[in-house]
Amino acid sequence: MAREVTKKTKVITTLIAWTLGLMIFFPILWTVITSFKTEAEAIASPPSFFIFDWTFENYFDVHERSSYFLHFWNSVVISVGSTLLGLLIAIPAAWSMAFVPSKNTKNLLMWMLSTKMLPPVGVLIPMYLIYKDTGLLDTQLGLIIILTMINLPIIVWMLYTYFKEIPTEILEAARMDGASLKYELFYILTPMALPGIASTLLLNIILSWNEAFWTLNLTAANAAPLTAFIASYSSPEGLFYAKLSAASTMAIAPILIMGWFSQKQLVRGLTFGAVK
Amino acid sequence: MATMHSKKLGKYMLSPSVILLLAWMVIPLSFTLYFSFLSYNLLMPGTEEFIGFTNYQYFLTDPAFFEALKNTLLLVGGVLLITIVGGTGFALLLNLPFWGQGIVRVLVIAPFFVMPTVSALVWKNMFMNPENGLFAYFAKFLGFEPIDFFAQIPLLSITIIVSWMWLPFAALIILTALQSLDQEQLEAAEMDGAGHIQKFFYITLPHLARPITVVILIQTIFLLSIFAEIMVTTNGGPGYASTNITYLVYAQSLLQFDVGGGSAGGIVAVILANIVAIFLLRMIGKNLEA
Repeated sequence: MAREVTKKTKVITTLIAWTLGLMIFFPILWTVITSFKTEAEAIASPPSFFIFDWTFENYFDVHERSSYFLHFWNSVVISVGSTLLGLLIAIPAAWSMAFVPSKNTKNLLMWMLSTKMLPPVGVLIPMYLIYKDTGLLDTQLGLIIILTMINLPIIVWMLYTYFKEIPTEILEAARMDGASLKYELFYILTPMALPGIASTLLLNIILSWNEAFWTLNLTAANAAPLTAFIASYSSPEGLFYAKLSAASTMAIAPILIMGWFSQKQLVRGLTFGAVK
Repeated sequence: MATMHSKKLGKYMLSPSVILLLAWMVIPLSFTLYFSFLSYNLLMPGTEEFIGFTNYQYFLTDPAFFEALKNTLLLVGGVLLITIVGGTGFALLLNLPFWGQGIVRVLVIAPFFVMPTVSALVWKNMFMNPENGLFAYFAKFLGFEPIDFFAQIPLLSITIIVSWMWLPFAALIILTALQSLDQEQLEAAEMDGAGHIQKFFYITLPHLARPITVVILIQTIFLLSIFAEIMVTTNGGPGYASTNITYLVYAQSLLQFDVGGGSAGGIVAVILANIVAIFLLRMIGKNLEA
C-alpha cells in the first residue's frame, strides 16, 4: 500500500526544503557571485545579488598576486599522488583480508583504524623536525608521504568492505576450472573490484585535497597546496573580497563536482562500513 | 577455501600496509614521548636535558590548558549538538516526497566538500566582518548594532562555521539510514492508530540510534583536531578565548619553539583522543560482526 501524499502537502514540503537547502548552500553561492564583482561592488551596501557588472578580472588578478596555478598544481599532485600511492599499498592488503582472512583479520582492521585516531598534534613536532632534517619540509613528496599514511587506514577499510562483497563462489569456481592466480587477479577480481577502487580513489582525493593540518604546518612557498595558499588571505592587504572569492571558487569547484558524484561512497567510506 | 599457498601469499600482501602503519604509529610517537621529558627549545640548541615530568607539570597546571580544554569540550559539544539536531531535521525533510529532491540534496551536502581554510575565511570576511559582512549589513538594516563576531563571541563564531561544514555529513548519514527504515513497520503502526509524533519516537528514532552514535563518534575524532579554522580566523584569541588543545600544542611548539612543553601537550592530546577512540572502535567492531 503506497502512502498517499496530498498535493498540498507536497507543495509545502517543496517550499520548505528548497528554502532551507538554499540557505545552507548560500555561502557557496555568495562566494561564486562575489568572485565576479569588482572589489568596490563586493563590499557595496546594499549588496547586489545579480545586477552588477560581471567581470572575470579577479580570476586573473588572483594569479598575478601570487602564482595561483602553482598551488593548484600542488593540490593536484599531492592529492592524486597520495591517493595512488595509498591504493598501491592498500589493494594487496585489502585483497588478502577479504579473500584469505585469518583469525586476526578483524583485530588487524581495528588496529589500522586506531592509527587514524592518533591526533596529528601528537606527532607534529617529530614530523616537523624529521622533515626539516631530511629536506622533506615544503616538498610535494613530503606531503604525499604523510597524506598517504593518514589516509591508508581509510583506503584499506573502504577497499575491504567492497572486496568483501565480491562473491567468493566465483573465485572457487574459477579455481576448480584450473585458473591460475594471475588469471584470478586480472580477469576475475580486477573487473569486479574496479567500481570499489574507483569510489575509494574519488573519496580519498577529496579528503586529501581538503586536508588542512599537515598542509598548513609542513609547507611554505614551494609545495603549499590550495588549503595553505588560501590561508594567506587571512592577513590581507587592502580590498580583497572579490579576489578571495575567485581564489576560493577555483579551489572548491573541482572537489564539489567530484563530491556530488561520490555521495553514497562518502557515507560508506567515512563510517568505515558501519552505515551503508 | 584458502590454500596454504594463498595464506602465505596473503601475509606478504598485508605486510607493506602493516609495517608502514606500525612505523607511522611508533616512530614519531616515541620521539614525542622522549621529547616530552626533555627541556628542549629550538631557540636554544644544545641545552637539552632530561627533566622528568616537569613539562607535564607545567602544561597541566597552566591556566591556558584549562581554558583550552574547556574550549575543546564546548566546541566539540556545540558542533555535535547543532549538527545532530539539524542533521536529523534535514534528513527527515529530505526523506519526504517533494519536487527537486535530488537538487536540494546536492545543495545541502555541498558545504562538506569546502576546504576548511576557504569556509573559515569566507565566513570571517563576507559574513561575520563587523563592517562589510553580510550579517553586519542586515543588522544595520534592521536597526541593530552589528556584532563583532571574532572579538565578542570568538568560540561561538568558530562553532557556527564548523557546524556549517559538518551538518551535511550528519544529514547524509542519517538520511542513508532513514532510507533503510522498514516501511511496513511504519504502515502497521499507522493502522494501529499511531500518530506522526508516536511513529517518530517509537520507530524512527530507535532506528536512528546507531547511525547517530556513529556520527557522534566520527565527528568527535575530527572535531578534537580542529586547527585550520582557528588559525585563519582568530589565531586562538583574543587571549586564549578560542584556543583548543590542538591549537595550544601547535602554538607552544611551532610558535614558541618549546619542543619539550609542546610534546607533553601532544601526549596529553593523544590520551584524550584515545578515550574517545576506545568507544568508537567498540562500536565499529560490533558492526563488523553483525
